[in-house]
Amino acid sequence: MKVLKLLTSSLLVLSFVAVSANASTLSSVKERGKVLCGSNGKTAGFSAPDAKGKMAGFDVDFCRAISAAIFNDPEKVEYIPLTSKQRLTALQSGEIDVLSRTTTWTMSRDTGMGLSFAATTIYDGQGFMVHKDLGVESAMDLNGAAVCTRTGTTTELNMADFFNKNKMEYKPVVFEDRSEERSAFFSGRCDVMTADRIAMAGIRANAPGNPNDYVILPEVISKEPLALAVRSNDSEWFSLVRWVAYALINAEEMGVTSANVEKMKKSEDPAIQRLLGVNGDLGKKVGLKKDWAANAIGAVGNYSEIFERHVGPNSPLQIERGINALWNQGGILYAAPIR
Amino acid sequence: MKNATHTARVGSLHSSSFWNNPTYRSLIIQAITFLLIAGSAYYLASNLVTNLTARNIPIGLDFLDKRAGFDIGDSIIAYTSQDSYGKAFLVGIINTLNVSLISIVLATVIGVMIGIARLSQNWLVKNLTRGYVEYMRNIPLLLQLFFWYALLTHALPSARQALNPLPGIFLSNRGLFLPTLESDSGFYFLLFGLLVGLTAALIWRFRANKIQKSTGRQLLVFWPFIAMLAAGGLIGWLLSPQGITVDMPALKGFNFRGGIEITTEFFCLMIGLVTYTSAFIAENVRSGILAVDKGQQEAASSLGLPSVKSQRLVILPQALRVIIPPTTSQYMNVIKNSSLGVAIGYPDLVSVGGTTLNQTGQAVECISLIMLVYLCTSLATSLFMNWYNASVALTER
Repeated sequence: MKVLKLLTSSLLVLSFVAVSANASTLSSVKERGKVLCGSNGKTAGFSAPDAKGKMAGFDVDFCRAISAAIFNDPEKVEYIPLTSKQRLTALQSGEIDVLSRTTTWTMSRDTGMGLSFAATTIYDGQGFMVHKDLGVESAMDLNGAAVCTRTGTTTELNMADFFNKNKMEYKPVVFEDRSEERSAFFSGRCDVMTADRIAMAGIRANAPGNPNDYVILPEVISKEPLALAVRSNDSEWFSLVRWVAYALINAEEMGVTSANVEKMKKSEDPAIQRLLGVNGDLGKKVGLKKDWAANAIGAVGNYSEIFERHVGPNSPLQIERGINALWNQGGILYAAPIR
Repeated sequence: MKNATHTARVGSLHSSSFWNNPTYRSLIIQAITFLLIAGSAYYLASNLVTNLTARNIPIGLDFLDKRAGFDIGDSIIAYTSQDSYGKAFLVGIINTLNVSLISIVLATVIGVMIGIARLSQNWLVKNLTRGYVEYMRNIPLLLQLFFWYALLTHALPSARQALNPLPGIFLSNRGLFLPTLESDSGFYFLLFGLLVGLTAALIWRFRANKIQKSTGRQLLVFWPFIAMLAAGGLIGWLLSPQGITVDMPALKGFNFRGGIEITTEFFCLMIGLVTYTSAFIAENVRSGILAVDKGQQEAASSLGLPSVKSQRLVILPQALRVIIPPTTSQYMNVIKNSSLGVAIGYPDLVSVGGTTLNQTGQAVECISLIMLVYLCTSLATSLFMNWYNASVALTER
């Protein structure tokens, strides 16, 4: 009897696995009543619990925007904390709906892994942080250094390429988890820590003691377009995620903010009317209601608001907009038009 | 109505008698179970293949030949980022085996000492070792590893202020740097000298045993043994044409160059595994010794054997039969527990496999390979220990 019970339950589990792999992501999200968002949970500025224990950050806000676009409520998100090693497998296996976790868009990840990158949320680049008392001013002086980084990241590969190309030796110390990596760097086990520069600014801002004892070197050794990733077998969901992100960027360009979104619905500008669903019904094409973008903007604000809140000059990370400014303001941030 | 009941009863009687035949019943149950297991396995495998194909994820081990592109901080064999994923896996396997093997040897030595000390009549020794065992085995190993790692990286000085207790030996939070011997051909002379010394020492021991058996006279064995070995090595060294130089580590730039490096990560993982496992082995040893009849100890004493000798020659050989089987599973635990090293940055099989997994996306293949390696090493350990167990088993004459 026991054996029979066990077999039936395992068969049920199996059939569930088989079914969930095929159902549309949007319909299962709606049925479930929440978006499963793969996040980090430990990177200040991108996704980390705030003072009240609620998840907050740049990456988190994109999941909140998706939730607001679907449910008109930014809170219907469950954050699944993932290490850099787990994240791609978690997405492949259907454990999460969308991966918003400082993930670099690369060709090998975009092809042959069953994943697709929907939209770049921030343009970052890899850099090095050193202890100030080492007196190092350039990454070219790092010959022989011990370098802390994390396993399963593009960082690990870029680091190898950089040191090989410049004929320098180094000792990688590779961790599974960011907390151990941080502690090893700050204790002096490693001379250098390497990561994406914006994320590293967050680590520096939360350094034990004085953040000014650590310097982020000027060299940027890689392109790191951090992007939202989804499974590639669901083009409807892919479009939804892409256009929610694009809507937030377009909103900044048109001057629509969380504060004025209701007022803007009365705007005469046809582009704003299309964005906010006053005119036309573009939301329907990604399986959403008319006012999807208005709800997303109302909940988290436009791109600039998200940036300023979590990583901008007035946040602890103190990152300038730089190349992340809009295309018409000297940056490379450019979203396809909503029409 | 009456008829129908009657037939039903006959039918049930018939089938139940078939069911009551133990041979048939057992065969049928076995066949059904086998079919269900094979069926589920097939279903799982085909489901996996279908899903992977549907998502354009390639299946197979072709990726092992491709260039890995990442470096590994701690490797015994030569490895660069230009090598293949297969070679990276090999480095991971060697690192796992290296730390496991050293930990097993040290844990056994310490475990046996602690286990014997726990039975000591000395109050302090008894309670100190008891405290050791209770502390070490009741705290999760992962926490112990974090503790050792935080302690060593924060307590030890940085590379520039490294402690230098003896010339050529440096201790910092990077790790321990030791001098190594360097020579082209000198090693062969040294090795040959050692071999000659070892042969002489073995002959001496054989002779000493023979003399003791025939006359009862005891010759000194231990110190002559060491002396012959050392003399052989020394002569070999002196005879080597180019001589053997010592490669001293020295601080150059950020780090020490030359010599050999024992990284903090390796050291912490080893300390964690040794202290944790030795506590369990100590308990095995204690139970083994207590299992030997008290009369054996008394008989040894009445023969005039000193306490150390009676332990070594009478009690331990008998206790081994009780000690070995549970200790075998501790050895396998060491190998499996070494996978926790990834948490403190030791590049073991799990760490290297994880990086490979993330770069190639071949999750099923990478995890299967890792599991296969652990399975094989554990089975090999078990086989070896079973052989050893059989060799010390009571031989009835």
